[in-house]
Amino acid sequence: MGDELRLPIAADVDVVEARQQGRALAAVAGFSSGEQTVIAAAISEIARNILMYAKKGEIILSLVQNGDRQGVSVVAIDQGPGITDIERAMQYGYSTSHGVGAGLPGAKRLMDDFDLQSTPGQGTTVTMTKWRRAI
Amino acid sequence: MEVPILRQGQYLIASIQSALTDADLSHLREALIAQVGRSRCRGVIVDVTALDVMDSFAVRTLRDIAHMARLRGAETVIVGIQPDVAFAMVQLGLTLKGVATVLDLEEGLAFLNRRTEERTFETKPKKPSGRG
Amino acid sequence: MVDNRKGMSVSTRASEAPALSESSAGLLRELVAHLRQNRTQLREEWARRITRAELLTAMTEEEIFAEATAVYDNYVEALETGTFEALQAYSRRLSERIIPRGVETDEVVGIVLLLRDVLARSLFNKYQDNVEKLNRILDSYEPAANRIANTVAVGFVEERERIIRQQQEAIRELSTPVLQVRERLLILPIIGVIDPQRARQLTEQLLRAIRANRAKVVVIDVTGVAAMDSGVANHLVQTVEASRLLGATVIVTGLSPEIAQTLVTIGVDLSEMATVGDLQGGIEEAERLLADRAAPTTQVREIAPESTR
Repeated sequence: MGDELRLPIAADVDVVEARQQGRALAAVAGFSSGEQTVIAAAISEIARNILMYAKKGEIILSLVQNGDRQGVSVVAIDQGPGITDIERAMQYGYSTSHGVGAGLPGAKRLMDDFDLQSTPGQGTTVTMTKWRRAI
Repeated sequence: MEVPILRQGQYLIASIQSALTDADLSHLREALIAQVGRSRCRGVIVDVTALDVMDSFAVRTLRDIAHMARLRGAETVIVGIQPDVAFAMVQLGLTLKGVATVLDLEEGLAFLNRRTEERTFETKPKKPSGRG
Repeated sequence: MVDNRKGMSVSTRASEAPALSESSAGLLRELVAHLRQNRTQLREEWARRITRAELLTAMTEEEIFAEATAVYDNYVEALETGTFEALQAYSRRLSERIIPRGVETDEVVGIVLLLRDVLARSLFNKYQDNVEKLNRILDSYEPAANRIANTVAVGFVEERERIIRQQQEAIRELSTPVLQVRERLLILPIIGVIDPQRARQLTEQLLRAIRANRAKVVVIDVTGVAAMDSGVANHLVQTVEASRLLGATVIVTGLSPEIAQTLVTIGVDLSEMATVGDLQGGIEEAERLLADRAAPTTQVREIAPESTR
């Protein structure tokens, strides 16, 4: 995929940058402004998650196609401590770091596809996609 | 990005001008709470019209501002949440329960006037020389 | 392609199959040659019968003849090659052209059946002295002709459904069911089936209308909603919450006993939702709320600036 956008996440300004880039990409893909906002909010949550738990990592944004459906894919990668209890981390309202616990489960609610891979001690990869409704 | 805080009568008005980082938000919270105490104001308005996204950190900060201000004697009202932002917030499960929210600055001022009025009526008979 | 032709001959009568399958390719070739030779005459005949049967009345005779020629050639090609892609693509494009002009499904089915009749009759005339051969020719012609008729008709119906879906979508986007009954009061009557997509659109419309009209109270009337699943119910709760974030109070009216029961059974949290039995009651309640709010606001607005100085 040639047109992917790799954004390093190492400070809180990067979170703002990532969600703004995500919104711009969603606009290019033809998402409504309401959906652009939803995508930006989801990116904000997972980018902050990287900062809070792994200190640094990367967000990769790209346009994806599935048949006649177009979508925005967001991948968040970090080499942080990983998540030992994924089930618990995906529980709404659960947080280990004074958050409101909306981070990962919140992002999952906002997106259509959501996948979380994590190995304790090696890092975490979140892959999520929002699809535009085809007519 | 510093958020300007204006004083209007007995209210403080913080109008956010552009996207904020987490540090900016925390700074806004601290600045507002410090000023509420110093100026003994009765109300706080946070204008978020310029925000095109509100995630869990922003919502938590706004909620904290409202709770802390209340402990220091001031009512808080959040004004200007955009329709798209509101919809994304509730989908995220962020409903700002217990925090007053109104359409815009004008409504915010009206809301605080009503609130302080009600409180004045409540306290008048007991404390005729109350702080006004 | 050869395989496809064999595939077609399988659908001929099983008892005669062994003898037939060997010669059926040859018969089909003979058939195609006949249709090519008589192309001009047959498609003219077909176009005439279309006009006589008063089909495709929305089109001129020249247009009918042009389309008939194209369909005829595609038809013969499908018979010859046993592949239907070109015919499929053509019928889709044809449908795109003629649906906006009001051509109906029965007309399209009608013209394809007419072509089948015209061709069968010409075969009958050609082989009427050799009934045995006529039968064998018809045996290889019929299944292919049926499949062609099917392809064209299904293509048309699919295209029509796609256009209808598109139009429904457009109507949904365009129609604004949000009504302003008086200053600061909106009514959103929801009628019909609510799917997640429609629910999302209704909410986005409502939230924008709240902002545009500076609404303080919204009455959402669901009298016209027959059923509600947990997804839609939760969405309703989200709409109420989002409206509050914009400073508007929502009153839900017209929840039928069935829906009320469903909502309780599936455990949707309705504690934050103000509900009133019917729309009239909802509007009265809304008026009360507006009166309560308006009174102190206007008083204080004049007093406050002085008292702050």
